[in-house]
Amino acid sequence: MLKLEGVTVRFGGRAVLDGVGLDVAEHEVVCVLGPSGSGKSTLLRTVAGLQHPDGGRVFLDGRDLGGVPAHRRGVGLMFQDHQLFPQRDVAGNVAFGLRMHGDPKRQQAARVDELLELVGLPDSHRRAVASLSGGEQQRVALARALAPRPRLLMLDEPLGQLDRSLRERLVVELRVLFGELGTTVLAVTHDQGEAFALADRVVVMRDGRIAQSGTPREVWQRPADAFVARFLGFENVSGATVSGEAADTPWGRVPVPAGTQQGEVTLLVRPAGVRLVPAARGLRCTVAARTFRGTHVAVQLQPGGAPRLEAACALRDAPEPGEEVGVAFDAAEIVVLAGGGAV
Amino acid sequence: MDLARTEVEPREPREPREFREFRKPRVPRAPRTGNAARLGLMAVPVAFFGLFFAYPVAAITARGLRADGVWRFGRIWDVLAQPDIRHVLWFTTWQALASTALTLLIALPGAYVFARFDFRGKQLLRAVVTVPFVLPTVVVGTAFLALLGRGGLLDELWGVRLDTTVWAILLAHVFFNYAVVVRTVGGLWSQLDPRQEEAARMLGASRFAAWRTVTLPALGPAVAAAALMVFLFTFTSFGVVQILGGPTFSTLEVEIYRQTSEIFDLSTAAVLTIIQFAAVGAVLAVHAWTVRRRETALRLVDAATTARPPRGAGQWTLLAAVLATIAVLLVLPPAVLVQRSLDTPGPGIGLGYYEALTSDEGGLFLVPPIDAVGNSLRYALAATALALLIGALAAAALARRDAGRLVRGFDALLMLPLGVSAVTVGFGFLVALDEPPLDLRSSWILVPLAQALVGVPFVVRTMLPVLRAVDGRLREAAAVLGASPWRVWREVDLPMVRRALLIAAGFAFAVSLGEFGATVFIARPDNPTLPVAVARLLGRAGELNYGQAMALSTILMAVCAVALLVLEHLRTGLRTGLRADPRTGLRPDRTGEF
Repeated sequence: MLKLEGVTVRFGGRAVLDGVGLDVAEHEVVCVLGPSGSGKSTLLRTVAGLQHPDGGRVFLDGRDLGGVPAHRRGVGLMFQDHQLFPQRDVAGNVAFGLRMHGDPKRQQAARVDELLELVGLPDSHRRAVASLSGGEQQRVALARALAPRPRLLMLDEPLGQLDRSLRERLVVELRVLFGELGTTVLAVTHDQGEAFALADRVVVMRDGRIAQSGTPREVWQRPADAFVARFLGFENVSGATVSGEAADTPWGRVPVPAGTQQGEVTLLVRPAGVRLVPAARGLRCTVAARTFRGTHVAVQLQPGGAPRLEAACALRDAPEPGEEVGVAFDAAEIVVLAGGGAV
Repeated sequence: MDLARTEVEPREPREPREFREFRKPRVPRAPRTGNAARLGLMAVPVAFFGLFFAYPVAAITARGLRADGVWRFGRIWDVLAQPDIRHVLWFTTWQALASTALTLLIALPGAYVFARFDFRGKQLLRAVVTVPFVLPTVVVGTAFLALLGRGGLLDELWGVRLDTTVWAILLAHVFFNYAVVVRTVGGLWSQLDPRQEEAARMLGASRFAAWRTVTLPALGPAVAAAALMVFLFTFTSFGVVQILGGPTFSTLEVEIYRQTSEIFDLSTAAVLTIIQFAAVGAVLAVHAWTVRRRETALRLVDAATTARPPRGAGQWTLLAAVLATIAVLLVLPPAVLVQRSLDTPGPGIGLGYYEALTSDEGGLFLVPPIDAVGNSLRYALAATALALLIGALAAAALARRDAGRLVRGFDALLMLPLGVSAVTVGFGFLVALDEPPLDLRSSWILVPLAQALVGVPFVVRTMLPVLRAVDGRLREAAAVLGASPWRVWREVDLPMVRRALLIAAGFAFAVSLGEFGATVFIARPDNPTLPVAVARLLGRAGELNYGQAMALSTILMAVCAVALLVLEHLRTGLRTGLRADPRTGLRPDRTGEF
């Protein structure tokens, strides 16, 4: 439905988008995930027609959007900080797009009622935008973007400015809503939790290029390369040489799953795959720090003469900082990353 | 003048560097249509300035410097060699320097008091202090004449006359520009975070050392900007010097007027115009340079949080001294003007002079002087409409984030009419716009055109900060929802700048009403404007003429004061919808101040 071909955008000499190709299918919810400055917002702006690409083409329903101004593209964009019109009330904001499309007044009113009902803000038509809480603003912004029935809805950091509990609740609501409406959605976020919870498919971006694309599960289980792995929060990444069912790493010989590619690779050891054993029976490490993570404790381990390792421990098993422990590895939690030996 | 003030305001919200870099990719690049749109917006202002500013000024300069088809640049040196011209140059410069120094000396304590003290009636006092700035120069001259001149208040009380000395001119200039300093410097001062000074104190700085090392450097650029503006206004002073200077004191502008209208020495006038043009250009260049240097990030806070009621004898004394200065210097002259206008011959006060304005028996005009009120209002309204149209288009073009160097250069050019000899512009209109296809000499539009030239810079300066502060993403939000560029402007920009537009209109109206230098040339004898009528009445001997001048000035002053008070009222609600500085949460609600 939406198709990008080799889209390139440069600011000064720097390519913010570098030959990006992307397909979004009808009714699909795609979430672009990447750190600040990776070009995610520029991607949305290019699709919306707010940014002219220096190269490449954008198609919507097979139609080339080059030269079509933003207001004729029929896509919706929900801005990062909502950008509600401050001098209009809630209904005025939601009806804005309908007015621009010249819908009859009565139809506008009915649609506004419908959408405010949908986002859980019935009877707030006349409220001033400034009097809304962050969550309410977000709902109004969503209603406003949905009102003209855009063929594609784009969300720029949709929940970025909200506090954590609200965010976790809204992300579920959005997911349900998009499922019911069958809306095609392209969202960008830097928050992996948000992306995984919202998306049918996650696209990880790095420096204007797409680093990986896949279902949340695929991306989480098999990060494409060291960058994606680190961006997802995995620290135990290293170069390694695989021979047979084990690999030589700075942490010594580590078992790998059967059928692993041989030779020079990049290896990810998930924290769950770092098991603590008595000091005498494994790689000797000193506990450098530990961080309480709610369901588990992340323990930072410092082996002699090798990079630090992170281990995930059950709450009551976590050792004290300064303790000497041994480490053994679990082959099931070890992943060989695509992209060769570069770390 | 609001030039300086608005530029002390964060021109665009300042962001910490890392944030700015983080956001960089979101700044839209010039779309391909940007250039065409910008050129379209610029076309009308450029044509206007070319036709009604550059062309007349060039024509008059050429007429002075060209003889028999040959340019005579040697005239410049001949003119500069004349001792009386050198005297004029010298006087123009030193009185401007002295006026600037005196204004700073008197007004800086006022700026401090307005910035840091909270007291009853502060809002009203702020408006009172601002009124002189929009008063026509002719009114100011007349008021000081009533205070310091022959038969004036001081003359009556103590037999002191200052109208033959330079002090009358200097004091009138201070009267005029007090608001420039108070609002430019005080406005910034009130937003400086007092905790910066407190931090310095905690590190062992004395009260004075903290002020000198923390506050003064932050204020420095604002002080420099204010000083430059005052210098610019006093360097080109016309009405005040014309009325108070007598035969002894003459600025360049007055001399240009004398050479053109009394001696008919056009080539000397042309040379003087060029000299003034160069000097003003240099001052504006320095101004632009200081503006750029001022773009260091300051920690600004909401002004409402920094003012405290005065404490202790020292602070109360300072407040009292500032209030006394304002009373004597800013309130007394207009008050005396009003009193004189009512001080008819015979016992007590009366409206005799006002009544005399309605008769045409004086023979000085073809019409009763009171007709000048109607003329002035009509002209000023037309000029305001013109200035709004031209200024708003120019501001819209300048506010675009993709405005290039060329456009920025135009920004500076727009300020030139404030400094170029208004007399030259007026005379240039007569010389250049008198033949087809542009034969406007007998058209009433000539006066509003000249007045609009002075109004446009005010409109641009008032609108620009507000337009720049409208969050670009609101426009994008509207576009994505299906609004065409024109709808975007109408639905997003217009509601937000409506108030600024009104404020700009008020400014343009006030300066058009008071414009004297150009109007004095082009207003027809049967259609005088208020300032022209006042000047002509003052030029005649006799108590009745003097009294009528006072009465007419009072009327003019009242109209201007009402316009300003409406402005002050409008200003208080300029907040909604403008982008707040992401770091300080401040919105540019004080835009349009000086």
